[in-house]
Amino acid sequence: MPQAPQAAQAAQTMIGQANPTAIMFFVAFVVSTLMITWWAAKRTRTTKDFYAAGRSVTGFQNGLALAGDYMSAASFLGIAGLVSTKGYDGLIYSVGWLVGWPIIMFLISEPLRNLGKYTFADVVSYRLNQRPIRAAAAAGSLVVVITYLIAQMVGAGTLIKLMFGIPFEVAIVVTGTLMISYVLFGGMIATTWVQIIKACLLLGGATVLVLLTLNKFNFSYGNLFHQAEDLYTSKFLEPGGLVTNPIDAFSLGLALMFGTAGLPHILMRFFTVPDVKAARKSVFYATGFIGYFYILTVTIGFGAAVLVGQKVIMGIDKGGNMAGPLLAEALGGNLFLGFLSAVAFATILAVVSGLTLAGASAFSHDLFVGVIRRGQASEKDEVKVAKIATVGLGFTAILLGILFKGQNVAFLVGLTFAIAASANFPALVMSIMWKKFTTAGAYLSIYTGLTVATVLLILSPTVWVDIVHKSEKEAVEKAVKAIEDPMKAKITALEKEKVPGLDAAKVAEINAAIAAEKSAAEPLVKAEKEKMPQPIFPLKNPGIYSMFAAFLVGILISLIAPDREAEKKFDSEKLREYIGIGAED
Amino acid sequence: MSATGTKSTKKTVHEILEDPDFTSLVTKKNTISIILTILELVLYFGFVGLIAYNKPFLAQKMSEGSATSIGIPIAVLTIVFSWVLTAIYIFWANSSYDSEVKKVKDKIIGG
Repeated sequence: MPQAPQAAQAAQTMIGQANPTAIMFFVAFVVSTLMITWWAAKRTRTTKDFYAAGRSVTGFQNGLALAGDYMSAASFLGIAGLVSTKGYDGLIYSVGWLVGWPIIMFLISEPLRNLGKYTFADVVSYRLNQRPIRAAAAAGSLVVVITYLIAQMVGAGTLIKLMFGIPFEVAIVVTGTLMISYVLFGGMIATTWVQIIKACLLLGGATVLVLLTLNKFNFSYGNLFHQAEDLYTSKFLEPGGLVTNPIDAFSLGLALMFGTAGLPHILMRFFTVPDVKAARKSVFYATGFIGYFYILTVTIGFGAAVLVGQKVIMGIDKGGNMAGPLLAEALGGNLFLGFLSAVAFATILAVVSGLTLAGASAFSHDLFVGVIRRGQASEKDEVKVAKIATVGLGFTAILLGILFKGQNVAFLVGLTFAIAASANFPALVMSIMWKKFTTAGAYLSIYTGLTVATVLLILSPTVWVDIVHKSEKEAVEKAVKAIEDPMKAKITALEKEKVPGLDAAKVAEINAAIAAEKSAAEPLVKAEKEKMPQPIFPLKNPGIYSMFAAFLVGILISLIAPDREAEKKFDSEKLREYIGIGAED
Repeated sequence: MSATGTKSTKKTVHEILEDPDFTSLVTKKNTISIILTILELVLYFGFVGLIAYNKPFLAQKMSEGSATSIGIPIAVLTIVFSWVLTAIYIFWANSSYDSEVKKVKDKIIGG
């Protein structure tokens, strides 16, 4: 029996207004994290403290921190929203976000810990020529960090405006300032604790929300899906239109999977643990937390669709981003809404802090020390440059966030993962596993992945049609609508003439008139649609080509011009990689 | 992992690299890593393949009178199995790999 969505009747929501509970919870979060930062600042002296929290983070703590770095507000609010509006298709996405973690565990985490010091460029350049590799790896890292930061910042401004009712620019400046404070004063120690607290709040909040939701369905997912089917037909619980082109689906899958294993702020976390045992343990915990979180998020999405209703959700935000907060309000009242809004804000803050720290490390450790100073710099100078880079990146993020206000930045997340999968991952994995990998092979592979992913994405439907040729696209859509709307109106009018009891000849006449209307409009619509701007590259996700190109270039260049010296060093690299002899402690 | 380890390795780095304990350790670790990676790829791209090529399969109902489509538990199980694979790796590494690493390491530091 279809149950009328509850909040639809109430239709009143606190969302979008200054919510004192939310502000109170948020202030509590900020005060406690700033106290931690103050405590951490006293413990942050050396580069090892600043970049790697003194390598004193335990496996369990790092597991939570990794989960904290990875579970963004975009995935919490976005996936719940996607599930509530698109049903099963949203679930497909959430699976893709998880599957990179086992790859990190099997191929990356332990060699990374044993071979590296502060950045993944340490590992790629281990037995190769330092300067060109560090320059390339820093480029890969910084592009990933900045694109992801813009996406997060714009998302932050929009979400905070939606939830708290504060202006976009104020939200961005507050986020940026807090993020700079954590990283600048507390380095990796503060950033790690911000992640841990945020991960606990997010997992706890989502768990409570799911329990409240399931309570409405006698703790039976069967009941939940039954009511979802009654409201939105069984199509809602089946794969739909999100994935149409199989190659595009594989391409997106590749980018999500291997992009996760190429995100600099994630890779950086493996240098904060004391040894490989803790490194692998942390991936195990992180995978468990993240998997659990996505299952919760999907439940929240379905729950919101049934208990709040799509109409209400999409009435507040077309993308469905407010599905989670609306459900929280419907089930736990203003108090719970306030709590969850504060958690979402905290989530955004924690993710951008991790990104900023990773960007600052790439800048100071790889570019400043590795490239400009050729490896010769005092710890004091290195920390100083890292701090300057933190402030610089922070202001860049604030500025770009405000500049991109109101822009469609969804493609930036796709770009981030495509670049991480194509520029960072291939070079990293080849340097770890392949004896014959050379310096030229490595940096050319990174630049190839970076360029191919970026260029193909610009030429793809997501940017070339939706953004570059936005006005043409909208003009075509408008023209098509102008033809179709009167036609549809006429057909509806004709349908109404088909009153019961009408004789067969008359019905046939009306049907013929309807068909005539349709066939008259058809060629016009077709002609208009031919004017639709066409993408130069057909896929929405370039990952499949850009990753292939990066591997191909890395392998070909290494084989064409072998480097005997690097091959010899692979032996000692193996000792360090597998048994940790000489690893940083 | 100590500085002293590095020093004494220098003399015996080739001996260690050819030591059967070390080579078998490297082979084992690579085999396990690659097998588990392939399993994860099959698991995930199998799921993506079903979405791309066999939507009707995923759209089937779990049972008569149930609203839940088969695709829902399959998606959730893809997440759960990914985690189980990491658990398998942890179990292997903790129970067998670590002790073998220690054995080789003792040889170097002892020799």
